[in-house]
Amino acid sequence: MSDHKTMTLTLIVWRQKGPNDPGKFETYTAKGITEHHSFLEMLDVVNEDLIKEGKDPIAFDHDCREGICGMCSQVVNGVPHGGQERTTVCQLHMRTFKDGDTIYIEPWRARAFPVTRDLIVDRSGLDNIIQAGGYTSCHTGGVADGNALLIPKEIADYAMDAAECIGCGACVASCPNSSAMLFTGAKVAQLAALPQGKAEAAVRVCAMTDALKESGFGNCSNHYECEAACPKGISVKFIARLNREYQKALLK
Amino acid sequence: MILDGKCPTGPIEQTWDKHRFDLKLVNPANKRKYKVIVVGTGLAGGAAAASLGELGYNVEAFCYQDSPRRAHSIAAQGGINAAKNYPNDGDSVYRLFYDTIKGGDFRAREADVWRLAQVSNNIIDQCVAQGVPFARDYAGYLDNRSFGGAQVSRTFFARGQTGQQLLLGAYSALARQIKAGTVKMFPRTEMLDLIVVDGEAKGITVRDLVTGELRTHVADAVVLATGGYVNVFYLSTNAMGCSVTASWKAHRKGAFFANPCYTQIHPTCIPQAGEYQSKLTLMSESLRNDGRCWVPKKKEDLGKKPSEIAEEDRDYYLERKYPSFGNLAPRDIASRAAKEQCDDGRGVGPGGRGVYLDFSSSIKRLSEDTIRERYGNLFEMYERITADNAYKTPMRIYPAPHYSMGGLWVDYNCMSNIPGLFVLGEANFSVHGANRLGASALMQGLADGYFVIPYTIGGYLAQTKPGKVAADHPECKKSIEEVQAYNNKLLSINGKRTVTDFMRELGSLMWENCGMARTKESLEENIKKIPALREEFWQNVKVTGSGAELNQQLENAGRTADFFEFAELLCRDAHHRNESCGGHFRAEYQSEDGEAQRDDANYCYVGAWEFKGVDKEPELHKEPLKFENVHLAVRSYK
Repeated sequence: MSDHKTMTLTLIVWRQKGPNDPGKFETYTAKGITEHHSFLEMLDVVNEDLIKEGKDPIAFDHDCREGICGMCSQVVNGVPHGGQERTTVCQLHMRTFKDGDTIYIEPWRARAFPVTRDLIVDRSGLDNIIQAGGYTSCHTGGVADGNALLIPKEIADYAMDAAECIGCGACVASCPNSSAMLFTGAKVAQLAALPQGKAEAAVRVCAMTDALKESGFGNCSNHYECEAACPKGISVKFIARLNREYQKALLK
Repeated sequence: MILDGKCPTGPIEQTWDKHRFDLKLVNPANKRKYKVIVVGTGLAGGAAAASLGELGYNVEAFCYQDSPRRAHSIAAQGGINAAKNYPNDGDSVYRLFYDTIKGGDFRAREADVWRLAQVSNNIIDQCVAQGVPFARDYAGYLDNRSFGGAQVSRTFFARGQTGQQLLLGAYSALARQIKAGTVKMFPRTEMLDLIVVDGEAKGITVRDLVTGELRTHVADAVVLATGGYVNVFYLSTNAMGCSVTASWKAHRKGAFFANPCYTQIHPTCIPQAGEYQSKLTLMSESLRNDGRCWVPKKKEDLGKKPSEIAEEDRDYYLERKYPSFGNLAPRDIASRAAKEQCDDGRGVGPGGRGVYLDFSSSIKRLSEDTIRERYGNLFEMYERITADNAYKTPMRIYPAPHYSMGGLWVDYNCMSNIPGLFVLGEANFSVHGANRLGASALMQGLADGYFVIPYTIGGYLAQTKPGKVAADHPECKKSIEEVQAYNNKLLSINGKRTVTDFMRELGSLMWENCGMARTKESLEENIKKIPALREEFWQNVKVTGSGAELNQQLENAGRTADFFEFAELLCRDAHHRNESCGGHFRAEYQSEDGEAQRDDANYCYVGAWEFKGVDKEPELHKEPLKFENVHLAVRSYK
């Protein structure tokens, strides 16, 4: 793993003081980067230099740095999370770049995700969708034994495939319509597939779909960019399930 | 002072039921008059806020992330324990209780651990009802796997993302209460002070991380569920934002800090690759179900590829040293064994700090597809970070700081020594003793949040009048002024070194002198060096920008300043405890074969420290530990 070769890269980064600031691209140089640096560790290096020069470092969201919390959110060279399959930007490593590359870094861009600062956006719209109905209304305590309702492996696996969503919002950032239907569909499908979630399926899908519209997200027109950008590889079949559940609810 | 944990007495099987009956209740119509603050929205805090909101209390919840769904509980991979005994392999509440006491090296309270084991089964039921997609078999029944420190299969899991699924369950319950209006959520908000009025916790001072605004929130009780402190080592498996800050601010206001020296070093993490590295990544302990740990027997084999080293030249050291538990030895033991092999000069990879975790015999026995089905996402993650394919070549792993068993001192009600201040999950010290077993952190977080605090907080609130402290209380104004002055000081130093630079140096001191092995001398070195480095920090740190805006440097500077004070306490605790137990290994106290040697005659107590001021020695209070159900014994996994 030891490799002493280092890279020098040109970064063109979106800087914006706040939601009402016009924002602009600034150019920086990243020096001394090895293939083992993660993308965010590369930005750490640039930020340390900026601080020493007395300049404001680039603000970006990040936390777990192992691809599960969903906090990191950067568009790298036009692609949310940088385009490596099933990989968040915090898990993207610099071995996928080469010395002398120019890299464009931008925040998620969608009307429903106003820029807070630099690469940080406000994703509370996604929380609003879950609050509208992304749950089963069970009470703490007083529930049945975990094995009281049998759930065949295929159903449990289907629900888990949907539940893997980390809520990062890459689906919205990649969609020409800024739609959050993959995010919403994954939660609707997970709960509609499980016996515990069936009772409220119709109410849930209607409430969550309303919240989707109210939060300023667009509609799906089958570009499938979301599935390609999703760091967990959530399938667009869950959007079809969302539509089917919605139609079923309307017919009720 | 001798501390009293207020544990119920009598037969242990009846303690929790009896205690629940003895607790006073708050009338349903009166609950909404009480305001409760919950800081942190991971498994413990999220579950607590949702459950208290549902009971009818008026809850305000806070987290530093942009959404409560992102708390670091989300990163737990392997699973959650429960005493369901679904596999019919001999499990019971008593066995889970016994394993946890023994796993903690006899440094936890019996009554607390019994309660944890008792409610563990309710947790699984609760999560299933929320729609958590646990692994199931083809007939539809819940599936189990084994974990370290246990000889039964009691671990429930959701692929390699159990923490994520449990957190999303708690988050969904929380979302339901936010919609119902019983919980008001404050994301991107960090607690920077605890407000204590007449000796009781009555509120917090927070900073809005987007606008920089400082404000106070008053309440009738404050619940801290703010996680652990192993980022004091700088490199750990914790998220970048995890800090000791909330606990430390409470400690400075009088809350005792218990057993800070009990830190868990997880055996299976990806080794550090370079100086620039910002964090370490854990590979789930569940991998040790099918992976075998080894190093070369002969030093001359070190340069070879693992595939070129013959079977008879490999030292499967865990199987050799601990034949009955083998690769599933508990974490403290597995970590020390790895360190021992590397110290012996047989570690693999750059710097000789690594051991192999090899799946080849399991792949031969079960097929690559079965291994992929069980651990596919972990193998993918390993490859993304190291560019190695672990189906073809063994993983290379090394121990890394992962979890803190120590935390704020609490009694049986999860209440600290400050009335009205409750502490849940990793932030308290209560159930894991000196070492936590795998898949028990998720269990504790949810137990505290769903099934303990909803009862015990009522016992406190029923005896206090709602709304005792108003928002314009002089303590609130004073608290804001102090936080403001503290932040202004950090911003005005304008020195030459960055916050990260200081934190890296502190972390390296902690890892070298207070990590997997500690000695009297190494700790004394730290107790001398840390205050000097702290002084330099306050004179030479550089934080740009202002306090009245989003300023991630200021956030980090505040957390680092707290780590500087806390690190000294951790070393003092490790220095005073002249024994080895669980994750606290003092090299002077070990048996002939290198196992931890406890001193029950002198150290069978909880060490709880009282803050006396920065640069002043803290005062030690003791809570003696009694073992009436599990007999104190040398912990053996051989």
